[in-house]
Amino acid sequence: MTLLPKSPKARRRLMAVAVAAPVLGLGVALALYAMGDAAVFFYTPSQAQAKHVPKGRTVRIGGLVAAGSVVKSPDGRVRFVVTDKIATDRVEFQGDLPDLFREGQGVVTQGAFRSDGVFVAKEVLAKHDERYMPKDVADALKKSGQWRGPPDGGQTQ
Amino acid sequence: MIVELGAFALILAFALSAAQAGLSFAGRRGRNASLRGAGEGAALVAFAAIAFAFASLMTAFVTSDFSVLNVANNSHSEKPLLYKVAAVWGSHEGSMLLWDLALTGFGAAIVLAGGGLPTNLRSVTVGVQGLLGVLFIGYTAFASNPFVRVPNPPVEGASLNPILQDPFLAIHPPFLYSGYVGFSVVFSLCVAVLIEGRVDAAFARWVRPWALAAWSLLTIGITLGSFWAYYELGWGGWWFWDPVENASFMPWLAGAALLHSAIVTEKRGALTGWTVFLGLAAFSFSMLGAFLVRSGILTSVHAFAVDPKRGSILLGILAVAAGGGLGLFAWRAPDLKPGGLFAPVSREGALVLNNLFLATAALMVMVGTLYPLIYQAITGQPLSVGAPFYNLAFGLLMAVILLVMPVATLLSWKRADAKGAVQRLWAAALTVVGAVALAFLLQNPKTGFAILGVALGVWLIAGALSELAHRIRLGATTLSDSVTRLTHLPRSALGMTLAHIGVGVFVLGACVELNGRVEVAKVLATGETVGIGAYHLTLSGVSTVEGPNFTAERARVDVNGPSGPGVLFPERRFYPANRQTVSQVAIDVHGASDLYVVFGERREGAKPTWLIRAYWNPFARLIFLGPLIMALGGALSLSDRRLRLVAGRKAVAAAQTKAAT
Repeated sequence: MTLLPKSPKARRRLMAVAVAAPVLGLGVALALYAMGDAAVFFYTPSQAQAKHVPKGRTVRIGGLVAAGSVVKSPDGRVRFVVTDKIATDRVEFQGDLPDLFREGQGVVTQGAFRSDGVFVAKEVLAKHDERYMPKDVADALKKSGQWRGPPDGGQTQ
Repeated sequence: MIVELGAFALILAFALSAAQAGLSFAGRRGRNASLRGAGEGAALVAFAAIAFAFASLMTAFVTSDFSVLNVANNSHSEKPLLYKVAAVWGSHEGSMLLWDLALTGFGAAIVLAGGGLPTNLRSVTVGVQGLLGVLFIGYTAFASNPFVRVPNPPVEGASLNPILQDPFLAIHPPFLYSGYVGFSVVFSLCVAVLIEGRVDAAFARWVRPWALAAWSLLTIGITLGSFWAYYELGWGGWWFWDPVENASFMPWLAGAALLHSAIVTEKRGALTGWTVFLGLAAFSFSMLGAFLVRSGILTSVHAFAVDPKRGSILLGILAVAAGGGLGLFAWRAPDLKPGGLFAPVSREGALVLNNLFLATAALMVMVGTLYPLIYQAITGQPLSVGAPFYNLAFGLLMAVILLVMPVATLLSWKRADAKGAVQRLWAAALTVVGAVALAFLLQNPKTGFAILGVALGVWLIAGALSELAHRIRLGATTLSDSVTRLTHLPRSALGMTLAHIGVGVFVLGACVELNGRVEVAKVLATGETVGIGAYHLTLSGVSTVEGPNFTAERARVDVNGPSGPGVLFPERRFYPANRQTVSQVAIDVHGASDLYVVFGERREGAKPTWLIRAYWNPFARLIFLGPLIMALGGALSLSDRRLRLVAGRKAVAAAQTKAAT
């Protein structure tokens, strides 16, 4: 009892801290813990090669769908090659491709590398507009000098 | 001509907003009634001017005037009328004009409905709303003008992105923006209160109706968007923790916290500073959302312009408005009258806990949304933060606070009896046990999470009903007496019960759907069948149909299942104007559950085959019904007599007459 401050104002402050601190602490701890698994890095095929992305780790691979590389199996599986014009990755995907998936166009896939080096995509991210190149892909292509779009990368309104 | 008049009206509205701010502040300073009146008049005329500008842009869209750049980029002469109208807010420039319309509309609403406010506070509020108008209308007029003409008009427009051509999405932005911008009134009121240095219980009574209206509209807006994503994108999901979705969710959470803290301020005169802070935070989150979505910093269906200049201007507006409001708070808040002491186990104590969790949850969503942007700005390495982060960081916090919710509503003010409150929930607890047993019998849930979800959802619904039963003394008195009590309950109490039931309905739907979803994908030739759960789907034929501005491949899928035979027609629509194919999902509704069929692409072979994807989404309807119940609860609360603005005005009039005599 004697440890508690005497003035009601200070007591109230202490009470507020005593209640709020654990909740905020819990929040911060949760955020740090959850961020460890949930942060998904984006690489182009050449970056993924350089960084030696470990097998089984969820990452995003983005680039252009190599022309003539799309093979659709009758079992619904799709194989294609993603390239940034420097390196390529073979991608396998089970499911329906987004409506705007096309050869020669930009794509972002999320998944993990299998032990044989094939990237097994869980998601092929839908692009909503044929004018639209995923921003990460455009930036990566610009960095590697393979960009062939408007200079600022923006679509004009 | 009408377009030029619209452009003129936009500039005029900018000038009027500046006048609204200047005159109102001058009127407050000099205690001059005619200056104040002129400021309020400017607010009304600014609204009329923006409404005119908006109508003229709409005219340009409806008449397909492709000499206007914005129309040429976003419309097409063959588009159905509804989508010509919806295309007005389908582009960056048009959506900012819609934002301005809502902003000036709420400014006019303060003037027309704010009779209950003390004169000085009202003038400052109108003035601050005018300053917001200057910022946003100025941005629209000078950096993102929708009325720009092209020298050589194209013969045909580029049309609106086909996935946006949908009746629900057509009305999604107006609701969403009314919600976003509705918080601007709360923001202006909070800034005015800080300037005037007077925060008391009455302030909370003025803030609550605006917060309720904005929050309810935002709830409907988010739900419409989520429902659209559910059936239009064809992924079977309804919430993706996409940064743009989060941008609308953060003001929603802050608004929900505000609604609860304002009750404490109103009833107990406590938490005043915190309520003001939440009022500022809600609209700051709205503006942060506008910046995230409109600046091109994110790529998403909602992000239009990638013009970096616009992004910087929007960031500047965010910094000036939110920074100004919060800076003022930091400066003036220490002078606010501190609230009274209260016991931890009491209604107000529980509401503090609610606010603590809601605010932390909003903070978590903000961390997840901004972390990738900050990380990339520092290291140059792009990354994304996905659902696992939010499920853990957000979901766990919410689960804790929702568990306590039914108990909290039964606690009385000042000093409550926690044991008694828990005891009153025995019926709700029994219902939960029964529901979980029933779930085991019928569905055999595979995961512990699903059982917890069912338990939590039923607990919330039953808890809310128990609170209502306790209020009307159901069982403790005669039935007719209970009914009389029910009809005499204040509407805000019923609104609370309804909103809390809505939360329970949502939790129940979301948990069952996420854990019970069944998905199949199979390539079928005509005549072949695929099974999903208790249902069998047969692709019986594929035909070509012509739409107003698309050609569709339409599948006939025969459904056989426990509820008898049925037929579904999923489509793949090709829009020649955009050279884009969009799938049209077909949904067979079974009670609260959906059988959801997507007609995939054609695969050439010996005979043509198509990829058919089907989902069994149990209780999916509840996910969208829950938030609508919440919004209805908000609207019911808003109609409460105590909160009605006219009642406040009458009270002021009565007080004035009394003072005069």
